[in-house]
Amino acid sequence: MALLQIAEPGQSPQPHQRRLAVGIDLGTTNSLVAALRSGLSEPIADAAGQVILPSAVRYHADRVEVGEAARLAASADPLNTVLSVKRLMGRGLADVKQLGEQLPYRFVEGESHMPFIETVQGPKSPVEVSADILKVLRQRAEAALGGELVGAVITVPAYFDDAQRQATKDAARLAGLNVLRLLNEPTAAAVAYGLDQHAEGVVAIYDLGGGTFDISILRLTGGVFEVLATGGDSALGGDDFDHAIAGWMVEQAGLSADLDPGEQRSLLQAACAAKEALTTCDVARLSHGAWQGQLSRQRFEALIEPMLARSLKACRRAVRDAGIELEEVEAVVMVGGSTRVPRVRQAVAELFARQPLTDIDPDQVVAIGAAIQADTLAGNKRGEGEELLLLDVIPLSLGLETMGGLMEKVIPRNTTIPVARAQDFTTYKDGQTAMMIHVLQGERELISDCRSLARFELRGIPPMVAGAAKIRVTFQVDADGLLSVAARELASGVEASIQVKPSYGLTDGEIARMLQDSFRNAGEDKVARVLREQQVDAQRLLEAVEAALQADGERLLDADERLAIEAQIQQLRELMTGSDGLAIEQQTKRLTQVTDAFAARRLDATVKAALAGRSLNEIEE
Amino acid sequence: MAISMTEAAAQHVQRSLEGRGKGEGIRLGVRTTGCSGLAYVLEFVDAADSEDQVFETHGVKVIIDPKSLVYLDGTELDFVKEGLNEGFKFNNPNVRGECGCGESFNI
Repeated sequence: MALLQIAEPGQSPQPHQRRLAVGIDLGTTNSLVAALRSGLSEPIADAAGQVILPSAVRYHADRVEVGEAARLAASADPLNTVLSVKRLMGRGLADVKQLGEQLPYRFVEGESHMPFIETVQGPKSPVEVSADILKVLRQRAEAALGGELVGAVITVPAYFDDAQRQATKDAARLAGLNVLRLLNEPTAAAVAYGLDQHAEGVVAIYDLGGGTFDISILRLTGGVFEVLATGGDSALGGDDFDHAIAGWMVEQAGLSADLDPGEQRSLLQAACAAKEALTTCDVARLSHGAWQGQLSRQRFEALIEPMLARSLKACRRAVRDAGIELEEVEAVVMVGGSTRVPRVRQAVAELFARQPLTDIDPDQVVAIGAAIQADTLAGNKRGEGEELLLLDVIPLSLGLETMGGLMEKVIPRNTTIPVARAQDFTTYKDGQTAMMIHVLQGERELISDCRSLARFELRGIPPMVAGAAKIRVTFQVDADGLLSVAARELASGVEASIQVKPSYGLTDGEIARMLQDSFRNAGEDKVARVLREQQVDAQRLLEAVEAALQADGERLLDADERLAIEAQIQQLRELMTGSDGLAIEQQTKRLTQVTDAFAARRLDATVKAALAGRSLNEIEE
Repeated sequence: MAISMTEAAAQHVQRSLEGRGKGEGIRLGVRTTGCSGLAYVLEFVDAADSEDQVFETHGVKVIIDPKSLVYLDGTELDFVKEGLNEGFKFNNPNVRGECGCGESFNI
């Protein structure tokens, strides 16, 4: 029979309706999958009891090998074994060449400039390689949970741009996984510790992995994590600790600096073992060939001090970038295997003046948090106070251009995603049949100060008088921050839409600058907006009056009346080019007043024309 | 009338309760639902109801309402691993038939 899990009170699922969802940490070096079972979020082990799946894929002519075996084959079969594919995700071939790393692969350029790796199975894109890793994790999870997954939450670094996020999503789709959400890795770590249950506060995530270091400063408000700043060093990690120990061994043993690769590997292995031993012991014994030695914890700490200092410097910078003080950080979460080193914990504790959170295995904490989120998103948590958690926000407002070059915000910044907002717009001129939709991002009032994301045209609006058409523009941002905009004329049903990537290419620094500009220029912007609005009103009135004069001026106005109107038109024209909003407003009113009688006469004439020569009966019908 | 639990099940319940940070024990029960008529309920308990019966095995409280007890009398709750899959299993002597997957049953 099916195996059961313990549910929250009153939430036992219906038979066959358990919604299985997992969290996946798709890492540069290692990946893992976790799930919530009987209220506990835990990683899922493979048949051999291994939780960690090395992110290594080796292509054979007839099969694909993923994990430890592939990793070990990397030096024997470098062309067909792909390591650290995460670094290539969402990058163009030009970017990859600029990464400045000596990658052993033969790259070929595919469509859309994506780099493909030439293997015995033909060219493989980074997306396909990642999908092969995800497939293994998916099979493992389905075997362990006893059913098909409804979806997965996959974590990505906070600094991943839209292209990288989209590539990750594509990889998941290719692996047959439904992505419930892409979740920032630091956010996942914070969720694992239940920090999202607090009301608010600033959290720092210190993530020291094998080869990279990331620091993220998050602000929690009402269950939503906002990334205030990220920083780090893409070439700093536990591997560097090993190299430092190996270097020390070379010195102590009096070896020559240029060792053959085999010797180098055995040195590094010995160094890594010593590093791990020093987590619990004060002294580690080392041997290499005939040489034997002892490494004290004190000596080891001195060796890694320069690297530690670099990471702390990055922390201080991130805190500064976030615009906060060190004391404001209320919790520090440790992520990554290298944070097991006692000296690292101590240094981080000293910097933030508080004990970092280390209870959850630092290699698993991200996947564990992702699994908790996945369970919630899959709809398994319906208790009170445990509403669907929304964990990401839009960094800058999204909107569109309206007449006069103004930015009309449709979705304000810091709105949690996913979100959909609709706003109705109308035509500006009589008989207008097309409308340009210009999608913008930014906080300023004038479009010239905002960032243009996309333009598209809605055609086929039936001709109507200005203001009669109703065009509903819907902005939708999905959980991964991808924006789509649709416009629909409600009477005729014509529609047009576009998909855009809002934050594409915007760094955190640029976002911060755009925000600060908007605060600094708030006053000016408001004046500019009011002026533009008055100019637009005036322009509209002018066009309407002139069209009316053209049509009925001769027939319905005497010479004096006509002169009076023309004088007011002339005056409004002159004022409009200036920047005195109040004067424009008053003159617009004046023109409206002098044309009131004319407008009334035109209306009468139209009604008369419509009724002329018809019997009462006809009209009543 | 009695309900019992294997040691493996008790240990796992204990661990789950600790991980959850609250709860008196677990509730076993049946609901009339599912393709074969009845389905098992397995939930954490924060507060037992006055009519509930409480059994204690291996230091873990098993809480059950009187209506469900009729269907579950003599049941042993087990925790098993089948390949990578692991979870709880009701060894219920009263069951006469199950649906294919065993998620629901009849008596």
